[in-house]
Amino acid sequence: MLYREAGQFKTSYGDDQAIFPIRQDRIGVAIILLAAYLAIPLTASPYLFTSILIPFLIYALAAIGLNLLTGYCGQVSLGTGGFMAVGAYAAYNFAIRMPELNLLVVFLLAGGCAALVGVVFGIPSLRIKGFYLAVATLAAQFFMDWMFSRIKWFTNYTPSGSVNAPPLSLFGFAIDTPAERYYLILAIVTVMALAAKNLVRGRVGRSWMAIRDMDIAAEIIGIRPLRAKLSAFAVSSFYAGIAGALWAFLHLGSWEPLAFDINRSFTLLFMVIIGGLGSILGCFFGAAFILIVPLALNQIPTALGIPISTAMISHLEFMIFGALIVFFLIVEPHGLARLWALGKEKLRLWPFPH
Amino acid sequence: MGFFIEVLFGGFLAGVLYALVALGFVLIFKASGVFNFAQGAMVLFAALSLVRLMEWMPIPIALLVSVGIMIVFALVVERLVLRPLVNQEGIILFMATIGVSYFVDGFGQTIWGSEIYTLDLGLPKEPVIILESVFEGGVLVNKFDLVAAVIAGILVTVLAVFFQKTRIGRALRAVADDHQAAQSVGIPLRDIWVIVWSTSGIVALVAGIVWGSALGVQFSISLVALKALPVLILGGFTSVPGAIIGGLIIGAGEKLAEVFIGPSFGGGIENWFAYMLALLFLLVRPQGLFGERIIERV
Repeated sequence: MLYREAGQFKTSYGDDQAIFPIRQDRIGVAIILLAAYLAIPLTASPYLFTSILIPFLIYALAAIGLNLLTGYCGQVSLGTGGFMAVGAYAAYNFAIRMPELNLLVVFLLAGGCAALVGVVFGIPSLRIKGFYLAVATLAAQFFMDWMFSRIKWFTNYTPSGSVNAPPLSLFGFAIDTPAERYYLILAIVTVMALAAKNLVRGRVGRSWMAIRDMDIAAEIIGIRPLRAKLSAFAVSSFYAGIAGALWAFLHLGSWEPLAFDINRSFTLLFMVIIGGLGSILGCFFGAAFILIVPLALNQIPTALGIPISTAMISHLEFMIFGALIVFFLIVEPHGLARLWALGKEKLRLWPFPH
Repeated sequence: MGFFIEVLFGGFLAGVLYALVALGFVLIFKASGVFNFAQGAMVLFAALSLVRLMEWMPIPIALLVSVGIMIVFALVVERLVLRPLVNQEGIILFMATIGVSYFVDGFGQTIWGSEIYTLDLGLPKEPVIILESVFEGGVLVNKFDLVAAVIAGILVTVLAVFFQKTRIGRALRAVADDHQAAQSVGIPLRDIWVIVWSTSGIVALVAGIVWGSALGVQFSISLVALKALPVLILGGFTSVPGAIIGGLIIGAGEKLAEVFIGPSFGGGIENWFAYMLALLFLLVRPQGLFGERIIERV
């Protein structure tokens, strides 16, 4: 009843190819965007901005990148953290070596560098697949970790190895309060999420999905695996690179290679799988889940007044987090996006039984 | 030349340790097609259990109890994780094992504590000098390395015999080939999984003993799993001898590279060299050294 597309006629090709063909979806997206751009900034506290909203958006962006590669093209990657590091350090180097560049250009160039590196590390995907590839992408992760901590040029010879983002400004406006950073990130994430949504329903996205479903069959019907796989690696790393640059510049401010270690890659893979492989919306669900659950777990003992040590809390957090992941995989292996889809099916009939 | 061989031996020891962890992976992958990321956590858990139990009881009993714990662990994993996820895609199961590894890491440290414990089973540790007649000064070898190598050798032999000669081993190989076909000829899949997870739990215990004796029992053991991955892709996911030979190649390769090439790159290349080596290797032989040839049909 609430979510019924009956009566919505498509009278032109434009209508038929719209990015959100159903009116309720359009209204829903508009409401979410309005809330994100107007309602949240008016009500949120600086704490909410810096420790929940900003990381959430950046994680979601990186998760979209990984989802394009893993969910749509079927190439499991454990190297996303490494590609984020490339983006972060590329942005840093562009920003300090060419200070006259516009911040957005810096981010784009950072994404471009990450895309190039992604293509290089994507080459093995032409020969190997599945878990062999997943392990191979770990090479990218460890190589990047090493490169940014050992080759001093990338960190501009800072003695401690940790680098600081330069003061940020865009078109003459300084970006320093949490709300301003939030707006910049939100704008970038909106554009890139919509671009991803569009990309996966076009020719490129369809060729990725064909490769995912069965690469040999896809090859036979005329999809070039080389082009499809490498373009997936390039686009995915581009997203990851921009997310990395945002993470470093707008979330951390100063960072070292450890900020992009292997755990980051795993966290992102969790987001993608918990959120739903092959779903852009799922990336947001996954990012929210993975970000908020540990925060909540951290708060529970203090809220209940149970006195336990911080070490114990972190062990318990590990346990509960692990158990939750297994639990969610058992309940719904296709992720939260799938639950959402089932919910929409229900809403179509609700409140009538048939 | 003597130094070269010393480094090589040091590499082989590290390789044996990687191989022991990789072996656990291979067993589970072979029999259930699950890429078990929790193997590293299992090594930590087994070693922690043993080390803490040894404070309470004599060593042989502590060993037996630890084996018992790993079997119970296998039963629990099969019941709570594998059975509900039967027939899911590989990546879902892989993710589930990452969840298990988080859980086991947290659980182990919650009940056993998270300090560094020294594990002393009375294995010899003093260094000896061999081959003195061949090179000047001879080659310095740790006796412990030789013990570790012998343990690994025995373990592999036992597993090989178990897989090739026993009734259960045959059932395991059948399950590895085809779950459905195995089930339809009356092989109980669930029992097989419990057996396989128990076996790899015991392998994890052995790996934990060797690692723990060498480096102390601490959280970093569970990260060793990451080092075992290049061993796996080098040796092939499905091959027991591949795990051993891959381990030796990776261990020796990374130590030699670190000592002889590393300084010109600023050091620390140990961390990624193994992966690069495995990666280059995969470009030539995608299924690893001993992996089964992947044949695909549309």
